[in-house]
Amino acid sequence: MSRSGWFPALLVAALAVALTFLTLPVVAIFVHSSPRELVAQLGDPAARDALRLSLETTTIAVAAIVLVGTPAAYFLATRAFRGRALVVTLLELPLVLPPAVAGIGLLAALGPHGLLGGWLQDAGVALVLQTAGVVVALIFVAAPFHLRAAQSAFEAVDPRWREASRTLGAGEARTFARVVVPAALPGLGAGLALAWGRALGEFGATLMFAGSFRGITQTAPLAIYADFATNFDGAIALSAVLVAVSAALLLGMKLLTRDALARV
Amino acid sequence: MTKRLTAAVLAAVAAVTMAACGSSGSSGTSTSGSGGGPLVVSAASSLTGAFGAYARSFDGGAVRFSFAGSDQLAAQIRQGVKPDVFASANTRLPDALYREGLVARPVVFAGNRLVIAVPAGSTKVHGVADLAKPGTTIAIGSASVPIGAYTRTVLGRLAPVQASAVLANVRSDEPDVKGIVGKLAEGAVDAGFVYITDVTAADGKLRAIELPASLQPSVAYGAAVVTGAAHPQAARRFLAGLLSGKGAAALRAAGFEPPPGG
Repeated sequence: MSRSGWFPALLVAALAVALTFLTLPVVAIFVHSSPRELVAQLGDPAARDALRLSLETTTIAVAAIVLVGTPAAYFLATRAFRGRALVVTLLELPLVLPPAVAGIGLLAALGPHGLLGGWLQDAGVALVLQTAGVVVALIFVAAPFHLRAAQSAFEAVDPRWREASRTLGAGEARTFARVVVPAALPGLGAGLALAWGRALGEFGATLMFAGSFRGITQTAPLAIYADFATNFDGAIALSAVLVAVSAALLLGMKLLTRDALARV
Repeated sequence: MTKRLTAAVLAAVAAVTMAACGSSGSSGTSTSGSGGGPLVVSAASSLTGAFGAYARSFDGGAVRFSFAGSDQLAAQIRQGVKPDVFASANTRLPDALYREGLVARPVVFAGNRLVIAVPAGSTKVHGVADLAKPGTTIAIGSASVPIGAYTRTVLGRLAPVQASAVLANVRSDEPDVKGIVGKLAEGAVDAGFVYITDVTAADGKLRAIELPASLQPSVAYGAAVVTGAAHPQAARRFLAGLLSGKGAAALRAAGFEPPPGG
């Protein structure tokens, strides 16, 4: 009995250390100031501008990700072709890129001196230091989260359902819309929530590619950084809002995926 | 069984959290007078090149730098971060930290000059007047970082109409001077306000346009030993070298001026 007792104790200790370490900063944000102070700090127009901009840019970015990413993920989930593993790896690469690398890469690709810079300029498209540039940066860093989740969600749909639908005379587009997407919806929702959370927290690529200007490119994370030096309480309040929103997204994702598991 | 484990975990977490909260009042003072490890210097972004060169010839041991906006570094010190030396692109921040008891009495160790910087090949901006033209894009420092404060001093000396026209062309409030240089080097903006030393350090990527003397603010760099520094002796030696010695030589080589009025 004493021989078997130490191992569970070790597991408990490890879990306690992990839980403490990972929750302490979040707890500290809420301990630092009372809810009333938090609300008062959010009365600051600059903070509200930042939150509004974050909400707008992440919504547009996530919409674009879902619109393009979902069919792309379906293709990857249902087709076998040469180089598929390479394509999947390339699409996942932004997941592991440091944000500063993403920012530099976006400048080198889409900046005024970038690969496509001249072409964009001729087309009259301005991205750098514009709200559109924020959206581009968010899409770049967040899209792989949705692609990955959507691909596994589609792969988890029983192929016989698709075959049955096709046998009953539905075309592939109709099968996709009526059978596959509804069946994969929880997984797709989870991917959307993850992508949204990542976009909401984006900092480095946005700062380097889109800059920081109130109301135009200064999203909530950039406003937190800007406030840190002069208005620590304001920065904490804005951080608390981001924690709350991210927690809500995570919880939503958990509920969705639990439903998905329950259904299998 | 699972319930008991959960209870054990939560109890352990609570204990650790309490311990952390209980000791937070006295944190940061446990480091001894002359601890091991390198001398840690928190310095303004604009000092990156000069201090890097100084560190290579510094005879007081290894030096580790943290370069960022002076305001960010000061905020870190206020939150309990303890580098050995704080070197700022102004005198206001070290003076304020000194009054708060967070650093020893600051010294003024260098001067600098504000300029309009443009991408090397660009011909769009030739002077202050061009900054106010519609269609010119500008990057400046945010109001809290010294470069941004100096820039606002310059704009405050213009006619109000001209100043607001310049501000209307600002596309980014960068957190430190590196951000402005980066935006200029990538051609993301037509012009920016930086220090002359940043143009020198940019290796030909930028061109400087001097400001009229009537607009030039007095740019003075202040530094101080941080209260409770782990290496106070090496820190004082580092500061002494900035005033006369290898640090001063590295600063002049990078284009910094002697301290104003000194």
